[in-house]
Amino acid sequence: MSNYLSITQKETEEMFDAIGISKCADLYADIPLSIKNKPPFNIEKGKSHQQVMDEMAAYAEENTVFKTIMRGAGAYDHYIPSVVKYLSSRSEFLTAYTPYQAELSQGILQSIFEFQTMICSLTGMEVANASVYDGSSAAAEAAFMCVEKDRRVILVPSNVKPQVVQTINTYLRRRNITVKVLGEEEGFVKNGKVDIAALERALNDETACVYFEQPNYFGLIEDAEHICEAVHSKGCKVIMGCNPMTLALLKSPGECGADIAVGDAQPFGLNIAFGGPYLGFMATHTDKETMRRMPGRIVGETKDDKGRRCFVLTLQGREQHIRREKALSNICSNQAHCALVASMYLAAMGKQGLRDVALSCTSLAHYAAQEFTKKGKTTLKFNGEYFHEFVTVSPLKATKIVEKCAKMGILAGLPIGKNEILWCFTEKVRKEDIDRVAALFN
Amino acid sequence: MKLIFERSREGLRCATIRPLEVSPYEFEKSYVRKDLDLPEVAEVDLARHYTELSHNAFGVDSGFYPLGSCTMKYNPKLNEEIAALPGFAKVHPLQEPSTVQGNMHLMYDLAVSLMELTGMDGMTLQPCAGAHGEFTGLLLIAAYLEARDGKKCKRNKVLVPDTAHGTNPASAVMAGFEVINVKSNAEKGVDLDDLRAKVGPDTAALMLTNPTTLGLFEKNILEIEKIVHDAGGLLYYDGANLNAIMGVVRPGDMGFDVVHLNLHKTFSTPHGGGGPGSGPVGCKQQLVEFLPDPSIIADKKGRFHFVRPKHSIGKVSTFYGNFSVMVKALAYIKTLGRDGLKESAEHAVLNANYMKARLQDIYTAETNRLCMHEFVIDLQKLKNETGVSAKDVAKAMIDRGMHPPTMYFPHIPGVIDEALMIEPTETENKQTLDEAIAVLRELHDMAYSDPQYLKDAPHNMPISRPDEVLAARQPIVKYKA
Ligand SMILES: Cc1ncc(COP(=O)(O)O)c(C=O)c1O
Repeated sequence: MSNYLSITQKETEEMFDAIGISKCADLYADIPLSIKNKPPFNIEKGKSHQQVMDEMAAYAEENTVFKTIMRGAGAYDHYIPSVVKYLSSRSEFLTAYTPYQAELSQGILQSIFEFQTMICSLTGMEVANASVYDGSSAAAEAAFMCVEKDRRVILVPSNVKPQVVQTINTYLRRRNITVKVLGEEEGFVKNGKVDIAALERALNDETACVYFEQPNYFGLIEDAEHICEAVHSKGCKVIMGCNPMTLALLKSPGECGADIAVGDAQPFGLNIAFGGPYLGFMATHTDKETMRRMPGRIVGETKDDKGRRCFVLTLQGREQHIRREKALSNICSNQAHCALVASMYLAAMGKQGLRDVALSCTSLAHYAAQEFTKKGKTTLKFNGEYFHEFVTVSPLKATKIVEKCAKMGILAGLPIGKNEILWCFTEKVRKEDIDRVAALFN
Repeated sequence: MKLIFERSREGLRCATIRPLEVSPYEFEKSYVRKDLDLPEVAEVDLARHYTELSHNAFGVDSGFYPLGSCTMKYNPKLNEEIAALPGFAKVHPLQEPSTVQGNMHLMYDLAVSLMELTGMDGMTLQPCAGAHGEFTGLLLIAAYLEARDGKKCKRNKVLVPDTAHGTNPASAVMAGFEVINVKSNAEKGVDLDDLRAKVGPDTAALMLTNPTTLGLFEKNILEIEKIVHDAGGLLYYDGANLNAIMGVVRPGDMGFDVVHLNLHKTFSTPHGGGGPGSGPVGCKQQLVEFLPDPSIIADKKGRFHFVRPKHSIGKVSTFYGNFSVMVKALAYIKTLGRDGLKESAEHAVLNANYMKARLQDIYTAETNRLCMHEFVIDLQKLKNETGVSAKDVAKAMIDRGMHPPTMYFPHIPGVIDEALMIEPTETENKQTLDEAIAVLRELHDMAYSDPQYLKDAPHNMPISRPDEVLAARQPIVKYKA
């Protein structure tokens, strides 16, 4: 019923005349008759805008929106400042394509340059790309960057986000690359963390790189500097997957010695939105070979012919539209608008605000852990330092706790075992809600 | 324009959060980073900054955007509001399925609509863009062929026409295949003799864009289908150009086995300055069991479940794909409905043909055929006669308040070297098309009367042409104070 056309019957006929046809069907003369207009399309008739709003809202209402979310595991519910929502929805940003035409896209190009700069700041790296799809594809693309002719094994500890390993596997499986996931059985992961001695033993001259997460899936802070040192001592590369929110306080991948930093910047102003769109980021060093292998768009500063500062998509010689089958990645569209939101978020929170958020997350998490385990019936599964996620073990069944929390309007942590829950706390969680959940345990 | 870092002044704050309700946790020194360099601005500074940036950006709402192959149609506002509903925006991807039935239902319905429109039997929404969809679709083909032919399967080659988008060959290599290029014939379609010569027992698939990247319907499509299938290969459909034919003819009925769509093109979701997109992949029955993990199924009681397809290729992204984009696409499909979708396709084709009809007397185009939703003009003759290139004309269009067409794609060295690919889309009105036609005609004249003016264009923008060589030779990729 509704459409987004802007044409009258009279204009349509004028256009028919200009082309020399009498009806729209004439436009499709090249399509063989045997396949044209064949099936009755089993799609409903069009509806009014109001009906569409009603119908779509009905889907939304079938979901439970929790007032309080204590679940993370790859999707983090943070406060999003109003200014970010308003500014980012300006249609010049939202309805533009990739900034191929620099002269009329300086605003977008500059915003990407600013994003790259902020990611470099957070990660302690020298170059960041304009984004990839999400944290998983970032990890997979980074792993591929590290592969050499005779180094084709990627080592991954089992304590990283399961979706990330699965995606790395999907990406690399058909390229004569082995992804080795090593866990507790191999002694590779001990007390929830990577064991450095076991890591050293696992590395050899076929290892291309190690991918690990900081904090890891269980929320624990790894001994990143020693991991990097150990990996480098065997001539391999190291990719550090980070929750970038933690980088407001914790040592950056650059400081730790990582070769490539990747992760998902969803925590920076993006809705959890049932899993997407999120924001894969990737940052590394600027040596020639590493830059050559980096996937995705990169914006660089240059000058116009009057000497004015301006920005362009650069180093395009790496990309599919120039190199075709010789390109190292196929990425074309990325998550540009999410990157815009993230940089607005970072500018809105600012240096101090981001620290406040991070401090709030980790303080609430440590408070919760203390309260949940107060009576000793529930314990933390691991005793290492953590940021804002941790795992509890309790005599109560995990699903029971989830049910009880749901009754209070709280999305509990993620059950990861019969009696184990992975919790996450952000600045949105109230102390009183933590106390109510603690009462279930004690 | 100042950078946000140049607006920063120590101690300023913008957004703030509630005071800590518990005691602050202090990490041991060894965990803690050195300084963190982020901008410090007040809210008004931030608002001015991004508003200034937006004034130096150009979207579909700003004006004509005939960027070929990108389908820059109008992005309805209704869909934005719907996607922002808390029931969509504020739901965690790992909630218990019983609490996200609405989202699963929505994804299920969208997948079914897309299957209907493409003539496919299965659909995944997990890929985040077109190229991601290509990669996913090719992995499906690889998994299927391996299951069909056994481990000894020698089908390691993917055929790609020379007119294909760069992502096609790049995706094929990422999926572990070798790329074999297929030539175009005089009609700018697939050269059947070259195809016959190259297809064989090592062929995994042919990747084809139809309408082609020249905006022409591949007339020999049924013969191509037969050649590839007879040789035991599969057909992959790059759906970037579906906007020309949705509701008119379906890739499935043309004989394709796998197809990817671009919701950020055909289904009106905004491109966001480069993303996020969404690249669903559809396939025929024999490939359904290989789809990414998870798929959504409905039971008899109308409940929805995540399941891992029996021989799934695994995951291609963290959760279920770019969900908000899916929401917008379904709202679009519901608004237009089956007739509206077809009508949109027809008007996309009508608009392109109208522009072509009124330009082809002076610009070289395919004159003896109707085009689909886009057409290519070849400026080689103009360049030979005046020195003015496709790029010069494109840059001069910017001064007239229009986004230029896609430049230098397709590019077949020696055959098409000066392409401008014009895709008006259905949502442009006749006045806009007439203005664009007038501008392009005027620029053509000017190429003869004052070529230097075009070579120096644009004249009215905040910057003139940037030095791209300098940018690449001495990369400055982040701000340094
Ligand atoms: C014909 C064709 N195929 C594939 C793609 C890749 O799509 P995306 O940018 O969404 O990855 C494009 C996009 O420009 C295209 O035009």
